[in-house]
Amino acid sequence: MNSAVIVFPGSNCDRDVAVALEQVTGRKPAMVWHKDSELPERTDFIALPGGFSYGDYLRSGAMAARSPIMRAVADAAGRGVPVIGICNGFQVLTEAGLLPGALMRNAGLSFVCRPVALKVENSQSLFTCGYDAGETVHFPVAHHDGNYQADAATLDRLEGQGRVAFRYQEEVNGSARGIAGILNDAGNVLGLMPHPERAIEPAHGCTDGRCLFEGLLETVA
Amino acid sequence: MKARVFITLKPGVLDPQGKAIHHALEGLGFAGVNDVRAGKLIELDLAEETSDADIEAMCRKLLANTVIENFRIERLGAA
Repeated sequence: MNSAVIVFPGSNCDRDVAVALEQVTGRKPAMVWHKDSELPERTDFIALPGGFSYGDYLRSGAMAARSPIMRAVADAAGRGVPVIGICNGFQVLTEAGLLPGALMRNAGLSFVCRPVALKVENSQSLFTCGYDAGETVHFPVAHHDGNYQADAATLDRLEGQGRVAFRYQEEVNGSARGIAGILNDAGNVLGLMPHPERAIEPAHGCTDGRCLFEGLLETVA
Repeated sequence: MKARVFITLKPGVLDPQGKAIHHALEGLGFAGVNDVRAGKLIELDLAEETSDADIEAMCRKLLANTVIENFRIERLGAA
C-alpha cells in the first residue's frame, strides 16, 4: 500500500499516523507538504492527520482545507482513493466539503483528552471491515472542537445510508446523535475525531486501532 | 475602501461560547439577559474596485462556513 500523509503547518499527529501505517503496512508513507500540488504517483491511501493546522485560525481546518494539496486530495477521493481524516483531519474534510456537517466547539467548552468507548456502527466499510458491527472499541480523543453538527435532514441521511461509522458510547463533546466518525456517500472517505493511530501497540494501553489499518491494508493492497 | 464582515451562527445552531458568556453575565449580577450569541467581525481593507460579488465570494469560499454560519457585509466607503 502506497500511503501518503499530508503535513500542514501545525499538524502534530503526522508522525503518529506515519508510524502506525509503517508498522501495519511495512512501508513508510510519503510525507506530503500542504503546499505541494500533487500526490506521489500510485498513492492508494491518504491520511489527513490530527493537530492544529494554521493554529485553528478562523475555524478549525478552514485554512488547511484551502491549501494547494487539497485539490489533489479531492481529485483522488473522487477517483475512489481511500482518505482518512483524523481529528483535525476530520475538521479539514468537512471544511473542504468532502464530508457533510461541521465540527464546533465542545459543548462543555473544555479540551477533552482521554480514551473513550466507541460503538462500531458500520463494519462493512473499507476502514471498519476489521471490526464486528456493534463492537465496542476504545480510542483516545484529544480535541477542543469535536462537536459534530449537521441539520436534521443530513443526520437522517447519514444514519439511513449507514454512514455513521463510529458513535460515542458516552458523552464526550455534545456531538449530534453521538456521532464520532462518518463516511462519505461513496464510502471511501472517513472522518473521525478519535485517534485510532494512538491505539496500535500495547505501550499505548490499547490496540483497538490496529484493526482499522489492518482492514484497510487487506482491502487496498 | 473598507468593508466589515459580520459572521454569526445560524439560528438553531448551538453556541456553547454564547452560553458560557450568558452564565458569566448572570454570575456578575446582570439581570434580564435573555440569550447571548457570539460571532466574529472581520475588517477588510480592499481595492476601490472590489465588487460586492467579490466580497460575497470571499465570504462563501473562506470567511464563513455556510453550513453553520451566516454572514453580513457592510461597506464603509473610503477611509
